[in-house]
Amino acid sequence: MERGEEIMMDVKSAEEAKQDVAYSTALKELIFQLADDDFLISFRGSEWLGLAPHIEEDVAFSSITQNTMGHAFMFYQLLEDLGEGEIDVLAHERHSDMRRNGIYLEKRNGDGNYLDEPYYDWALTVVRNFLYETFKKVKLEAVTKSSYKPLANIAGKVLMEQPYHLAHWKIWMKQLLNSTEEARERIEARLNEAWEEFGDVLEYGSKATEMEHFGLIMGEDELKERWLNEVSKTIENLPSGSLGKKYGSGREGEHTEDLDQALATLSEVYMSDKEAIW
Amino acid sequence: MPISQRQVEIRAVLKTVDDPELPNVSVADLGMVHEVFVNEGAVSITMIPTFAGCPALDFIKKNVKTAVEEMAWVESCEVHFSFEEKWSTDAITGEGKRQLKKHGIAPPPENYRPGEEWTVDCPYCGSDYTSMENVFGPTACRSILYCTSCRNPFEAMKPVVDYVIN
Repeated sequence: MERGEEIMMDVKSAEEAKQDVAYSTALKELIFQLADDDFLISFRGSEWLGLAPHIEEDVAFSSITQNTMGHAFMFYQLLEDLGEGEIDVLAHERHSDMRRNGIYLEKRNGDGNYLDEPYYDWALTVVRNFLYETFKKVKLEAVTKSSYKPLANIAGKVLMEQPYHLAHWKIWMKQLLNSTEEARERIEARLNEAWEEFGDVLEYGSKATEMEHFGLIMGEDELKERWLNEVSKTIENLPSGSLGKKYGSGREGEHTEDLDQALATLSEVYMSDKEAIW
Repeated sequence: MPISQRQVEIRAVLKTVDDPELPNVSVADLGMVHEVFVNEGAVSITMIPTFAGCPALDFIKKNVKTAVEEMAWVESCEVHFSFEEKWSTDAITGEGKRQLKKHGIAPPPENYRPGEEWTVDCPYCGSDYTSMENVFGPTACRSILYCTSCRNPFEAMKPVVDYVIN
C-alpha cells in the first residue's frame, strides 16, 4: 500500500492481515510491544510473591500479576495466529534482542535475588506500576480503535479488567506521597529516576510511521501527551525536564543485563522440559 | 430429532457444567456460553472467557467437551473461546446469582459503571453494612469483604462491564 492511499479498512482476521506484508509487519511489531511489556512487568511483579509489605498486598499484587500475565497470553495468542510461532516459544525462547518491551520494565526490583536476600524496593514498584498501568490504559484505549479487529477486541476486553489494577497503584502512589517525609522522598527519587528511563516505553520503534498510517494506533506524540496528562492528575509535582531513555530503546531490541536475568529465571522450568504439558 | 431440540438438550447439559472455582454455578448461568452450532452429530460451542488469566478456562473447556460428548447422539464437540463478544458480570443469570449467594459469594452489583466505587449486601444476613477489605481476592474475579452486622467475612464477584471510551 502506498502512502497517501486510502487507509486500510477494518481487517477482520489474521488471514486477511497476512495478505499485506507491510501491514502485518507493523501490526506484529505493535503486538510484540504489548505482549512483551505485560510479560516483563508481570514477571517483576511475581518476584514480590511473599515479600509484599503486608498479606493483603500479597493477595492483591499476585492477582494483578496473574491477570496481567493473562493479558500477555492473549497478545501472544494473536501473534501465534499471525504465524509467529507457538505462544510458549514466543514467551520463553526469544533471545533478548528480539524482545520489544520498554527497558524500564525489565529493571530489577532491587539488589539481591528472590531466593537469597531480596532487598527489593517498594518505591520502585509503586512508581513503575503506576506509570506503566497509566500508559497501558491510554495505549489500549487507542488500540480499541485499531484497524485490526482481533486486536481491538482484546484491548476492549483487557480494559474491562485493568481499571482495578490502575486504581490499586494510584492509591499506593497517593498514600505514600502523603504519608511520611521518608516515603515521599523515596517515591520522588524513583520518579526522578523513571523520568530518565521511561522514554522508550512511550515509543513505537522502527515501525511507528506505518503503525499510524495503517490505522493500527494513534501517533506517538499524541499518546505521550495523553499519558502525561493522566499521570499529572495523580502527581502534582512531576519531575521537570523531558523524558529520557537512559539505556536505549527496548522497542529497537536494545536491552540491559536485567532482561537476561529475568528471562533466565522465568524460563528455567520451561527450558528443563520443553515438551512438558501443564 | 430436529436441530432446535438438540440445541435445547445441549443448553440443558451446559447448565450442569460448573465453574471449577465456583461450585454449583454453571458455565451457562455465568453467561459464558455464546453460540451452539449443531451439524448432525458434530457440535461446536463458542464460549466467552471471563477474566483473562483465569486458570479455570482450560478446565472449563475440557469439562464442557466431555459433558456434551457424553450425550448419546453427539459424535464430537469442539469448544473455543472468542473475544469478539465481551463477557461482563451483567451476563450472570438470576439462577447464577442465587447459586453464588448460596456459596457465600455476593453477586456483582447491577448497573455498575467502570471506575465507580461499589458496595454489596452481605450474602449471609443481607445487611448493607459491609466494608471492602481487599478488592483483590483468591481469584481474579473476586474481592474480599467483611460484614459489620453479622461479622462474617465474605467474597463478592467484582463487577466488570464493557468499557466505553469517551
